[in-house]
Parts: sequence; structure tokens; C-alpha cells
Amino acid sequence: MSEQLPLTPSQTVGPYLRLGLDWPKGADVVPPGTPGEIVISGTVYDGAGVPITDGLVETWQADPDGRFAHPDDPRGAVEPSVPGFLGFGRSCTDETGRWSIRTVLPGALPALDDDAEEAPHLDVSVFARGLLDRVVTRIYFAGQPGNDTDPLLAAVPAERRATLVAEKVGEAEYRFDIHLQGDRETVFLQV
Amino acid sequence: MTLAHPRPYRQPRDTHPPLDYTGYKSTGLRAPTQRPILVPQRLTEVTGPLLVGAIGPNDHDLTRQHEGEPIGQRITVSGRVLDSDGRPVPDTLVEVWQANAAGRYAHKRDNWPAPLDPNFSGGGRVVTNSLGEYSFTTIKPGAYPWGNHHNAWRPAHIHFSLFGRAFTQRLVTQMYFPEDPLFAFDPIYRSAPEGARERMVSTFDMDTTRPEWALSYRWDIVLRGREQTPFEETHE
Repeated sequence: MSEQLPLTPSQTVGPYLRLGLDWPKGADVVPPGTPGEIVISGTVYDGAGVPITDGLVETWQADPDGRFAHPDDPRGAVEPSVPGFLGFGRSCTDETGRWSIRTVLPGALPALDDDAEEAPHLDVSVFARGLLDRVVTRIYFAGQPGNDTDPLLAAVPAERRATLVAEKVGEAEYRFDIHLQGDRETVFLQV
Repeated sequence: MTLAHPRPYRQPRDTHPPLDYTGYKSTGLRAPTQRPILVPQRLTEVTGPLLVGAIGPNDHDLTRQHEGEPIGQRITVSGRVLDSDGRPVPDTLVEVWQANAAGRYAHKRDNWPAPLDPNFSGGGRVVTNSLGEYSFTTIKPGAYPWGNHHNAWRPAHIHFSLFGRAFTQRLVTQMYFPEDPLFAFDPIYRSAPEGARERMVSTFDMDTTRPEWALSYRWDIVLRGREQTPFEETHE
């Protein structure tokens, strides 16, 4: 192994993260009015069940064809099939602890080696005062047939899997609450 | 065509603070109690947002965002964003935010009795060049008290947010100033392991000081680099 430079440690975003991280259109992964747009929203809770009003939720996802506009997609970087699609969303939690993004459903991702195909999902980072490092989770979508064979969901104890699945609450609306602690503690991932 | 697992980013070791660091009280109800599940890095993790968004003309100069100049010691902060293999991370967004010279944030929830500065908002953004270099101009932030414990004070710091080129490289941290006497008492600084926390301290650099204008601090940021061989099996 070659000599490695030591990494810079993580620190909390603190309570005033909006001064640096609030983007006026951060929640728009796709422009308003995009055909097939969905809204994913939810509340971030602490261990006492109290909404966290100084947090930040970020999301990263493939486009509806399951592709990334990124050189490390082994199939090659392609322009997204949805005009204005960014893949990335950012939402500071509001005074009720709610976050929300506007996006489109990602496509399934191809199987790697002997794994099964990955069901549509978003990678999620949660930042807040009191979190010395981000915590990472995934959002899957209720009712997607691929959920049953998804290799990441399969690695999660069955009784906790539901914490990674967004519930359909309207024609084009999904709900995904994040519980940092407690009976319904969200499954967090080390990636 | 069968795709292979991508070459993963190295797992950080002896670097990040434990989430349940009890000296920092807010961790109590917020740090998850269950261990995170180690999962292989797949395509969503080795890709990431490369966007930089709109950069305003004064986003790199926090002293020029208002009619007048802010009060305080004018400084430049510059350095490189690298991965642990020593490769520069070019064209990546660096976001910063900080308190004013009196140690107060221009935020409605910061109400400790230090003066606000009408000429200082405290937020900035820059993009690294092809060599991974960044630079911005600001004023040196002040220390400030907080409610963590009796007589708690945060050492002066600037918050930094970095994307790198992959979801796995995302990092939010804080940059400190050399030889701050508050290091010995600050649980947030001390939450990072000994031997690692010192990497968050910038160095004063006379060479890049701008004569009759601004003092200069240098700080390099190192993000996770990639393993040389493909991922094999998850094991704990």
C-alpha cells in the first residue's frame, strides 16, 4: 500500500448551517413542472421524538434510466434524460423539523458481479447540530417490485428494513421520516 | 455485460469523532444508538454531485458583500483539496460560514450579546481550480460562549463543506487557528481523536500574507482516496 495522506476529521455543522448551506432552489432536483415529478418529504426526529429544526438533508440519485452524469459510472457519463435533472437535492429542516425535495423516481441500477439489480433508491446524508459526522441512509420506495431482491435491503435485518422505505402518501408524494434514535431508529449505513 | 463492483473509497481510520462523544451534550438525543451497517460501495456511492451552482462575484470575498467593510482583522484563507492518495480534487465546490469578529453569527437564533456587524453575513463559496486550490478573503472570526457546560467557549473557527467527486467523499468540518488556548477546553475540537484533531488547525503563512492588506492562513483538506483493488467481501 502506498503512503496515504491522513484524512481531515469531520465536525458538526452546528446550529447556524443555513448561513453557508441553504440554497434557494436546493430542494429542486428537477425544475418545477417536470413530467413525472414527485415530492419526497418528512420530519427528522431526535431520541425524545422532538423534531430537529436545525438539520440538513441531502440526497443523491440516478436519473429515471438508472444512469449518473458522472465519469465513474462504468457505463459512461450521459446527459440525464430529464432536462434540468441535477441528481442532488438539499433541504434544511424548517421550524417544524420538515424537509422536502422535488424529484423524479430514479431507475433501477444494474447488477454488479453476483448481486441482484438494485431497486430505485436515493442516497441520503443527514447533518445537524449534535451530529459530529453526517449519518448516511437510503430511501427506497414502497411498492417497487425490486425491493424484495435489492442487495442492500437484503443486508439489513428484516425487522428494520421498513425504516428505509418511503411511504406513498399521495398521487406523487412520498413520506420519509428520519429517526436518529428510538424504537423506530432509522437504519444508518457505513459506506 | 456484467459490471463489477467499483473500486471503493478507503474507510477512514482514527480520524472522525465518535458520534456518541458525551462531552458534546447535543449528541445525547441525536447520535444514533445502533451501529451503522457496513455496505459495499456501489454506483450511487462512487458517483456524486459535480455541480457547483451559481457563484456570485463576491462569494469568495466575505469582506465585500455589503456597502461597507466589516470590522475585524482581514485575512485570506487558502489551501488545497486533496484525496488521501495526494491527488488534487479540481473543480469542486467549497462552502464556508463563520461568526463575525465579535464571535456572533448573523443568524436569528444566535442571540448572545455581542454586536452584529451590518457589513458581514459570514457565508462564502469558492470552487477549486485545476490543481485543487481554493482561496477566499474574510475577517478572522471571534470566539464565543455556548451552553454546553459552565463557561463553555468555542475557539475561533470557520465551517467548511466539501463534496469531492463521490458521495463517499462528502465532508463537513471546521478550520481552526493556530495555538488557540481554547483547544484544551472545547469538546467539539477534542471529539476528533488525538493525532487527528491537529489536522483541523490552519497555519499562519507569512509568504502568502498580502502586504498592507491581509494576514494569511493556509489549510489543506484531505478527503478519502480509493482502494487500489476492487471490493471483495463485506466483513466485520
